[in-house]
Amino acid sequence: MGLLSDPNRRRALISLLTRLNAPICVVCYMAGVAWFMGLAFEPFTLRTYMSENAMGSTMVEERFPAGERALGTGREFSAHKKKAGGMPVDWLVKTMQSRGLEVFTQRFSRRLPFPDEDKERYMVKGTNVYGILRAPRAPRTEALVLSAPCSPGDDNNQAVGVLLGLAQYFRNQVFWAKDIIFLVNEHDLIGMQAWLEGYHHTNTTGMDWSPLQGRGGSIQAALSLELSSDVVTSLDLVLEGLNGQLPNLDLANLFYAFCQKIGVLCTTQGKLQRNDWDSVSGYSHAVQTMMLMVMKQASGRPWGDHGLFLRYHIEAATIKGINSFRQYKTDATTIGRLLEGMYRKLNNLLERLHQSYFFYLMPSLSHFVSIGYYMPAFGLLALILLLRALDLWIQLATPPTFNLNPPPSQMSSPGVLSVLTPLVISHLTGVALYTLPIHFQEIAVEHFPVSETEAVVLTAIAVYTAGLALPHNTHRGLFVPPFNGWKVLKLVAVLYLAVLLGCTALINFSLGFILALTLVPVAAFVTPDVPKALSAFIMVILSPACTLLFSVFLFQELQEMPVSFLDGWMLYLSVISQGILDHALYGSLVYPLVALLVYPCWLLFWNILFWK
Amino acid sequence: MSLTGSTRRFSPLVPQENAGQFFSSGHTNNWAVLVCTSRFWFNYRHVANTLSVYRSVKRLGIPDSHIVLMLADDMACNHRNPKPATVFSHKNMELNVYGDDVEVDYRGYEVTVENFLRVLTGRLPPSTPRSKRLLSDDRSNILIYLTGHGGNGFLKFQDSEEISNVELADAFEQMWQKRRYNELLFIIDTCQGASMYERFYSPNLMALASSQVGEDSLSHQPDLAIGVHLMDRYTFYLLEFLEDIHPSSKANMNDLFKVCPKSQCVSTPGHRTDLFLRDPGSALITDFFGSVRKVEITMETINLTEPIHSFR
Repeated sequence: MGLLSDPNRRRALISLLTRLNAPICVVCYMAGVAWFMGLAFEPFTLRTYMSENAMGSTMVEERFPAGERALGTGREFSAHKKKAGGMPVDWLVKTMQSRGLEVFTQRFSRRLPFPDEDKERYMVKGTNVYGILRAPRAPRTEALVLSAPCSPGDDNNQAVGVLLGLAQYFRNQVFWAKDIIFLVNEHDLIGMQAWLEGYHHTNTTGMDWSPLQGRGGSIQAALSLELSSDVVTSLDLVLEGLNGQLPNLDLANLFYAFCQKIGVLCTTQGKLQRNDWDSVSGYSHAVQTMMLMVMKQASGRPWGDHGLFLRYHIEAATIKGINSFRQYKTDATTIGRLLEGMYRKLNNLLERLHQSYFFYLMPSLSHFVSIGYYMPAFGLLALILLLRALDLWIQLATPPTFNLNPPPSQMSSPGVLSVLTPLVISHLTGVALYTLPIHFQEIAVEHFPVSETEAVVLTAIAVYTAGLALPHNTHRGLFVPPFNGWKVLKLVAVLYLAVLLGCTALINFSLGFILALTLVPVAAFVTPDVPKALSAFIMVILSPACTLLFSVFLFQELQEMPVSFLDGWMLYLSVISQGILDHALYGSLVYPLVALLVYPCWLLFWNILFWK
Repeated sequence: MSLTGSTRRFSPLVPQENAGQFFSSGHTNNWAVLVCTSRFWFNYRHVANTLSVYRSVKRLGIPDSHIVLMLADDMACNHRNPKPATVFSHKNMELNVYGDDVEVDYRGYEVTVENFLRVLTGRLPPSTPRSKRLLSDDRSNILIYLTGHGGNGFLKFQDSEEISNVELADAFEQMWQKRRYNELLFIIDTCQGASMYERFYSPNLMALASSQVGEDSLSHQPDLAIGVHLMDRYTFYLLEFLEDIHPSSKANMNDLFKVCPKSQCVSTPGHRTDLFLRDPGSALITDFFGSVRKVEITMETINLTEPIHSFR
């Protein structure tokens, strides 16, 4: 007989499962964490390599000569920016036209749900300027984009200068097979969102923009340039985009290959990679780099102007120039050559980048971990939930002999109701957490001396905390639940959490893993029998809000900019407001996921803890 | 034996025997079928390979009317070509093999396995123009050159289909039975090229390949200005060898087998002569690569009503 159909063997298996459930769960958890930490260990990673045949090696000759002139153009841009008090539209249009591009502008405006600290008003208005370099002999079916943001103050002037210098140089070459669009966007991500929506004729976020007069075909790849100094010591590659989406790894491989060819220092997450992987400090450096990527991906916000392209299946990355205290400096001509080489290689593409991985983690720029290697870490954590669910199922199916419960026939209907009520109430609380902060900000501002942003954030925190007080009294009002009713609720909650975390990890592994790290122990060990005060404290520590607080501090530590508690708290509040704003502006899914699904799930476990 | 336009001593042989030796090679006309099977810009070198053999073959006398040139993609006019209307075979742009008067018979998507086999066997629809036909007879020496991406027993056409070595051998057998060739020289420059001539079984076939089974044929001449490899190694050295051949050259097949030894090619070129009825040393390069008009000056009258026995 088979293993599962033989009653003796089945009973033995079941008893094994119930006896060893807690130890196996602990072992799984530690194995999952160990697997995750082991991902950064260099022998377990693979070296990056170019997968796309059409891009091949770095076999091009870069000849961009005009770095100094580009910097001069950047200074002109800065002067006109100051004079115009924003985007110098006329000057940009004239300059791009003189370089032989077809220039168009786009006006956009957006009403923010609440003014955040960057834009202290409700309405954001701006103009994007873009010039299209038509391919001399090719049909206008494909395009590449190079963008630089128009930032207030002294930022990114050199980026616009290099962009215009490259435009002039590219115009003189005959080998372009795709149109190249040079875009200068205002208000960073808001302008970029307006441009992309206009280009693709979609309107997902309710923005107001004027239609684009000129178009260049479907965009194959895009690079966003951020350069704020005349010389740089290293170039940083930013990959994380909206909702944790990453561009195809071939784009990072291309960047790294050219960095090596030209001899520029290249970093990811701002950290230069080290060669001593077998020493403790080398390994911890790789872990820090990987953790930074995980945290940036989990936040779900786009970390550069490129982040919004990914949603349209356009591979994009941001290249930031960093000027730190190093001896060897790279000038603008070299940066221009690097970009020229990358664009010549992207020009050779025949299809969209698809040969390499879309899901990966990078402990350094030359090594990566693909989804097949990092998913088992999450799988081990999800296994705990399944084991717990199995255990509960067995307990519910075979009631113990010393049971004083009413007979099983009476359990069915109160059972369903005892599960439904907490579910409905926690989800209603989640809906309140999602909708109330923005809707009640005016009332809050009237009654309390806070700004709109603070009102929103504090309302969110207030609703969150109120949810803690709510559920565990509702039962007494409705009916007396059966003794083991909490088991049914816990079974449902554990399976719900497993499905939720599984789906999240598939789309955004980092978010799923971080939530799993904190929520799985909660789900596994909470019962009404554990000591209430201690477990309540632990549950609050492991709740999503506190996880976010700790993550903020950890993130600052990893970036080697540790903050005091008060600064960290203010940063935490701004992170919450940014999350709500990202959701309203670009459709980031982290805030609705946490408010509508993760928080109610956590409340279910809170309910179980206080079950009477 | 016979020379074009040069003086020689009065031969002691009987004119009839002279005439016999006149036809010693057995062929009266030359054809060439040159095929490049890969497309896309990064396969520039395959087009350059084919065009270099085309250039040599034209230079040595075969006219366009006797060459069927099949190029699967247009590199000269590709949008990515920084030097439009050129295809270079040497880096630093020494030699433009696209030239001034290239005549491509099958271009782009017309280069398919079916079209290739129809050209070889002659089974073409009546509307096919003459330039696209291989109008060979039983006295034609044919040079067939294939290049592209291949594997063990197959050659890839256009990234979408393959021709197997069995199909190729059967096509040659059809050609033999229809008396469409006198002798045939088959050259292939792909990875594992030797597998393509393993299955030949028709007489009078000689084959050369750039690499053995299990070996890759490597590319050569990386050019940074154009951004691709310009040639494959075997054909690059073949081109160098052919540049030294002129129409009256006496170089024979044994010299051709020595082209691109392992030290230059990294792969091991191979050849197959067991089906060839003549001794390879007696087969001249110009028997296949050129169209040599033989001229014999004789003072005597030769009676051609009696059959001339050729001395082989």
